[in-house]
Amino acid sequence: MTDFTEDMFEPPQVERQPMIRLVMRRIHSRWRQIVTVIPFFWLLVFFLAPFFIVAKISLAELAIASPPFTSLIEWTGDGIMTIRLVFDNFVYIWEDSLYFDTYVNSLKISVTCTFLCLLFGYPIAYAIVRSGPVAKPLLLFAIILPFWTSFLLRVYSWMGLLADQGTINNLLIALGVIDEPIRMLYTEFAVYIGIVYTYMPFMILPLYANMEKLDNSLNEAAADLGSKPTNTFFKITLPLTMPGIVAGSLLVFIPATGEYVIPDLLGGGNVQMIGRVLYNEFSRNSDWPVAAAVAIVLLFILVLPIMVFQHYQGKAAEEQ
Amino acid sequence: MYAKRSRFLTIMLTLGLAFFYIPMILLVIYSFNYSKLVPVWGGWSLRWYKELFQSAEVWSAVSLSLQIAVVNATFATALGTLAGLAMVRFGRFKGRTLFGGMLVAPLVMPEVITGLSLLVFFISLNQLIGWPAERGFATITIAHITFSMAYVAVTIQARLTGVGQTLEEAAADLGAKPFKVLTAITIPQLTPALISGWLLAFTLSLDDLVIASFVTGPGANTLPILIFSRIRLGLRPDINALATIMILVIAICVAIAAIIMFRQQRADLLDRQMAEREES
Repeated sequence: MTDFTEDMFEPPQVERQPMIRLVMRRIHSRWRQIVTVIPFFWLLVFFLAPFFIVAKISLAELAIASPPFTSLIEWTGDGIMTIRLVFDNFVYIWEDSLYFDTYVNSLKISVTCTFLCLLFGYPIAYAIVRSGPVAKPLLLFAIILPFWTSFLLRVYSWMGLLADQGTINNLLIALGVIDEPIRMLYTEFAVYIGIVYTYMPFMILPLYANMEKLDNSLNEAAADLGSKPTNTFFKITLPLTMPGIVAGSLLVFIPATGEYVIPDLLGGGNVQMIGRVLYNEFSRNSDWPVAAAVAIVLLFILVLPIMVFQHYQGKAAEEQ
Repeated sequence: MYAKRSRFLTIMLTLGLAFFYIPMILLVIYSFNYSKLVPVWGGWSLRWYKELFQSAEVWSAVSLSLQIAVVNATFATALGTLAGLAMVRFGRFKGRTLFGGMLVAPLVMPEVITGLSLLVFFISLNQLIGWPAERGFATITIAHITFSMAYVAVTIQARLTGVGQTLEEAAADLGAKPFKVLTAITIPQLTPALISGWLLAFTLSLDDLVIASFVTGPGANTLPILIFSRIRLGLRPDINALATIMILVIAICVAIAAIIMFRQQRADLLDRQMAEREES
């Protein structure tokens, strides 16, 4: 009985083998396409398509519905399709000084923080490059370790330092420097510290990678010809580390502009940044069309820096 | 200023390391504080650790976060490796610029934009095909894979360009088919990058708050979402205890990864020296 059923349902071996061989041959000949198509498809669906939906919603109107916005395409009577694009959301953002000021404030904070990261990160990266063979990997490890620790907890650690009853105020009062605690937490100052603290490794690591490749003989030649260290730095080292400066600055500037957690935790309600406004618009007011328009404008502001970053990434990959 | 570190650089380095580590050290010290008010010292105690281990809310958040992190790391490593291979080894193909762009963009894209766009995507998808009916594990994992695979791809690309194509070419000359070369040569050569890519994707997922907050649904709280909802209202000693445990776990993981990478580098160096000796 069993033999019979097996004969019935299992195709004979002779026919099955070529089938497998055919599949294997197809894998052998087309594996490159398969390898490329899978991640490509994933990114198209889960990265690119969502942006188009956001763009679509930003051109819709708020509606009392689920989801809360109107459809762009409507079918009227005799199968005539009308497309309604509403630019009201963008006009609203442009005219409402709250949004405009928030964009400006976000850019002011992120540009200042990028500069501060560069100012302090550059000598730190340079110091690591100049360290001995034993100290160098350890120092690099010390810079990378905070980068692996939770971002949220690193921000939280500053809440304990900056609070009215926090470590810094307690210390200063104990030392008799001040009588009343200085208000630091929930101010713009705290946001600057938080961003510089959490984004500094993103500045140091590309700078380090860039400086590591520099040829010291150029500096020695300049010194032999009588150039002073400062002169050598501005004429040789600084221009040669420009790719690292650009990559590091963009890695700090772009995400810092849209930062949500740091202004929320360290700035409280007192520091307006666009990432926070976007999040609140979306979750509390549930005005999706305006939130989508805010996101599109933010993306529009950042698209140029993102493209510059991609260009440098591509060039760096080719040079290797 | 030249071959040696100047005094200025040493001072900057010391200040930088102090800036990095003092907040973390204080965070750890205050986790052993008996007092309910974090900055007021009330004597050494393990009170907050005890409270932490008794909280069912914390345990379920830890479990959800770990599950997401493991699934995410595995898929992101697979997809990121394929993407890295395509970018480095396949030369020019149709859509390469778009592909490369989509692969690098998640590295710098502000999280609020990624989170918002994925949420509206999931909602539209639900209206179209009825999936995902509710947001939580699946939606967070998909969102995490999408941005983690970019980081894995960067790691893989660096390793692929680092090891070069000599061995692959040799295998092909000896008659190995392209697919055989991939499985017998390329993938084994990539092992250290695969391990560090997996670990990177794992920690990125454990760390993410903003994207997860957007794409999660009611009841599905990851660990960062739980921590954030608590510290928004101010300092909490139990969060200090949780932070200490997380810092410890991550430090151990990073140390292990560093040792693996260091050994691999040394093995590579030895291989190269042996090869040079045989040649001469």
